[in-house]
Amino acid sequence: MADFGLLSVLIWLPIVGGLLVLALGDARIALARWVALGTAVAAFALSVSLWTGFDAGTAAFQSVERLQWIPAFNATYHLGVDGISLPLVLLTTFTTVPVLIAAWTVIEKRQAQFFAAFLILEGLMVGVFTALDALLFYFFWEAMLIPMFLIIGIWGGPRRVYATIKFFLYTFLGSVFMLVALIYMYLKAGSYDIADFHALPLTYTEQFWIFLAFFAAFAVKIPMFPVHTWLPDAHVEAPTGGSVVLAAVMLKMGGYGFLRLSLPITPDAARELDLLMIVLSLIAVVYIGFIALVQTDMKKLIAYSSIAHMGFVTLGCFLVFGGGGGLGIDGAMVQMISHGLVSGAMFLCVGVLYDRLHSREISSYGGVINRMPVFGAFFVLFAMANAGLPGTSGFVGEFLVILAAFKASFWYALIAGTTLVLGAAYTLWLVKRVVFGPVANEGVAALEDLNGREFFVLGLLAAAVLLLGVWPAPLLEVMQESVRHLVEQATASKLP
Amino acid sequence: MTPTPTLASLAPALPEIWLTVAACIVLLTDAFAGRSARRITPTLTLLLLALGAAAILVWGQVDQRVDLFSGMYTADPLATVLKLLSFLFTAVALLYSRHWLEARGLLKGEYYVLVLTALLGICVMVSAGSLLTLYIGVELLALSLYALVAFDRDSGIAAESAMKYFVLGAIASGCLLYGMSLVYGMTGSLLLGEIAVAVQGQGVAPSLGLMMGLVFVVVGVAFKFGAVPFHMWVPDVYHGAPSPTTLFIASAPKIASFALAYRLLAEGLAGVEPAWGQMITIVAVLSALIGNLIAIAQTNLKRMLAYSAIGNVGFILLGFVAGTERGYEAALFYTIAYVIMALGSFGVIVLAGRRGFEADELDHYKGLHSRDPLLAVLMMVMMFSTAGIPPFVGFWAKLQIFEALWASGHAPLVVFGAAVSVIGVFYYLRVVKLMYFDAPGDLPVPERHTGVRFTLAINAAAVVALGLFPQALLELCQRVLP
Repeated sequence: MADFGLLSVLIWLPIVGGLLVLALGDARIALARWVALGTAVAAFALSVSLWTGFDAGTAAFQSVERLQWIPAFNATYHLGVDGISLPLVLLTTFTTVPVLIAAWTVIEKRQAQFFAAFLILEGLMVGVFTALDALLFYFFWEAMLIPMFLIIGIWGGPRRVYATIKFFLYTFLGSVFMLVALIYMYLKAGSYDIADFHALPLTYTEQFWIFLAFFAAFAVKIPMFPVHTWLPDAHVEAPTGGSVVLAAVMLKMGGYGFLRLSLPITPDAARELDLLMIVLSLIAVVYIGFIALVQTDMKKLIAYSSIAHMGFVTLGCFLVFGGGGGLGIDGAMVQMISHGLVSGAMFLCVGVLYDRLHSREISSYGGVINRMPVFGAFFVLFAMANAGLPGTSGFVGEFLVILAAFKASFWYALIAGTTLVLGAAYTLWLVKRVVFGPVANEGVAALEDLNGREFFVLGLLAAAVLLLGVWPAPLLEVMQESVRHLVEQATASKLP
Repeated sequence: MTPTPTLASLAPALPEIWLTVAACIVLLTDAFAGRSARRITPTLTLLLLALGAAAILVWGQVDQRVDLFSGMYTADPLATVLKLLSFLFTAVALLYSRHWLEARGLLKGEYYVLVLTALLGICVMVSAGSLLTLYIGVELLALSLYALVAFDRDSGIAAESAMKYFVLGAIASGCLLYGMSLVYGMTGSLLLGEIAVAVQGQGVAPSLGLMMGLVFVVVGVAFKFGAVPFHMWVPDVYHGAPSPTTLFIASAPKIASFALAYRLLAEGLAGVEPAWGQMITIVAVLSALIGNLIAIAQTNLKRMLAYSAIGNVGFILLGFVAGTERGYEAALFYTIAYVIMALGSFGVIVLAGRRGFEADELDHYKGLHSRDPLLAVLMMVMMFSTAGIPPFVGFWAKLQIFEALWASGHAPLVVFGAAVSVIGVFYYLRVVKLMYFDAPGDLPVPERHTGVRFTLAINAAAVVALGLFPQALLELCQRVLP
């Protein structure tokens, strides 16, 4: 598989497809739509073939491509996947398909540009997950901000300008500090290759500062308490597709960064600071859970629930030192994939309602199930998954992380366990207020149930959620070796 | 003494000779061509520039340093490259300007002659081997620019800014000349090579006289660059000058400023690098900070870009602060990248207006996307690139500066630079916001001149291409700096 540069195709096919769609323009929008969808489906099919060709028995990078890029910086065009990045690549290519279908006729202006932006974004996101050269990683990491900035700014809600500039500046501020750390390591290691960074001996002080620089980038991206405030704004103002990609894929980059860069490069600093990370994660789980409870805006509620769920991811990542071992990281990975599917689906559900009544307020709805039974069923399913009900993908990740937390400390597990209550509370209350009860007003009374397109999109995600919930084994198998290797890296001290 | 120069030994000075002849040809042609001058002059100028560049490539190249005229004039690979780039950037600037000038009745031969003499000044600075040559180049460039700023003689604001530029520029030239005289007095030579030998090993604490000289020289350099606290002329001149003049000032003269700083500080006064390094550090830090901060408050795009230029000059000077070969390479790369981006963004300003509507207020860019998608996307590329975001060339420029700074032990400045570039992002994003997120209202649609727009598109393509594959330009910068 490595021969024909599958990963390069996965990155550049969507980008080229996006440019093609852009060139077709609104004048030939029907064709442009199909080109966009075709590109996204092709990319997904290729990523599935990447998965089938993947050897889960090794932690080494696979499908590796390495070309000369900038000899002056000793930076190479170095791509590859392992068990940690592969599921995220699949998630990225998968998510783009329902996003495009969901936007099929809903977007009112500059449609071709909308589709193009998502395709280009997809390519850049795959680039982030597959880059094995830190400079290339940063290149994609930053470039990705541009399409997202435009997506929120052009197609977003009333306060879109504020939200998108806040999003851009927040994440950019975090990332430049990562860049500074990367330059420092480059000067020490003499190359930008991530593998060289992994092997680079660093003193504790160096690790401490590098860890903080990475923390600035990844904590903002994922986002962790207290640097999460950009997310609710961005989510609320973004168009449905933007919210989906933001929640499903972009947030995962923070978690991926912790796993790919922070833990292996600065293991000793991570070990020293793990209590800080765990406490921040637990605050996110509990405090943000309470905040979600009082939201009156559906999108905002899901956004806060995302932050709480991401708290589980960071918790799982940093339990590795306290005895949680690979279990926590397994849990974090499953949680990332599951949250990608579930939150994406939740945002799509809200999108379905918003397209009909143009309101995101919970109080504008009530008794939706009376008019939209099929939609109601989907919504309840995704809500259950969001609350972590056994049988759905949401359960597996949370369960693994809580299990790991138990190994570390009873109290971590107890506090983390409150999410089962809180998550259920805010999600089920949302369902109760929106879906059940008597028909609330005339708007709801006039609702029509899902059309075929929407049914297909939600059905796709529902199938994935259930499949992962009852049969997470393939996912766990794929990443097993890589996680084991990562635990080795993270627990081996770099200090002399 | 060197023997009397023969024609062949003058070949390295071909660019200056060619430009002198070209300026005369354009002047005479324009005077005698009568009514058809309007058509002939612009084309003829571009043709002469192209021929000149070709001639330099064929006959004017040198493999190593060649000193002419008793060392007053230096030709080296750096000079050749900088001159060729200046030719190119000037030609592009003239290409963008033509329709603007024509529509406003300013398409006169003098404009082209003045640009050529300015370019001559740039080339003289680039090749300066002595303080005197350097000063002649500085004045030749400056005097041409004063006239260019005032070119629209009916415009009050242009006259005002030309006056400011002239008075402040004269003071700065005086400072520079005074500093040079002190350096001459302390070292006993005007030749940069001999000065370099004389100041060698004086380190951080040179003699008082030399220190005084350095202070005045640095003031002069900072003024020509437009660095804080000698930046007061920049916003007024950028704002008040006719847009094509602003476009020109933002392009090739920046190369000249780099040459001035490099020849004077990095070559001539390398021995006292620690001494001038301190001064340049303050100037660079203030420029980067103040330029980027004040740009946020601007409502006029030309003024905003003027402050952005000040901020970017701060970054270029940070390369000099590093004081290493890598630092100068980074500064050169940054300068070239910046000029390419400035050509693009001012090019959009020139093209977005029409007669009776100067598109220079930020609000004039509202909804530009729906009025003229091409100009909007080009401007967006320039803005993101200047903000230093990949995949555009501006990112590599900043990266190199950071790397050089860190490698030379200026870690706090790296963090400072990173933080300042975040501030900068805000106002660049605002331009994108205006063009893409806001409704156009009833602003006019720009005129479409296909050829010029095509050039502008190539300009933006260069920004993207160099952003994806910066290696060629990196290598060039490494090759020409010893």
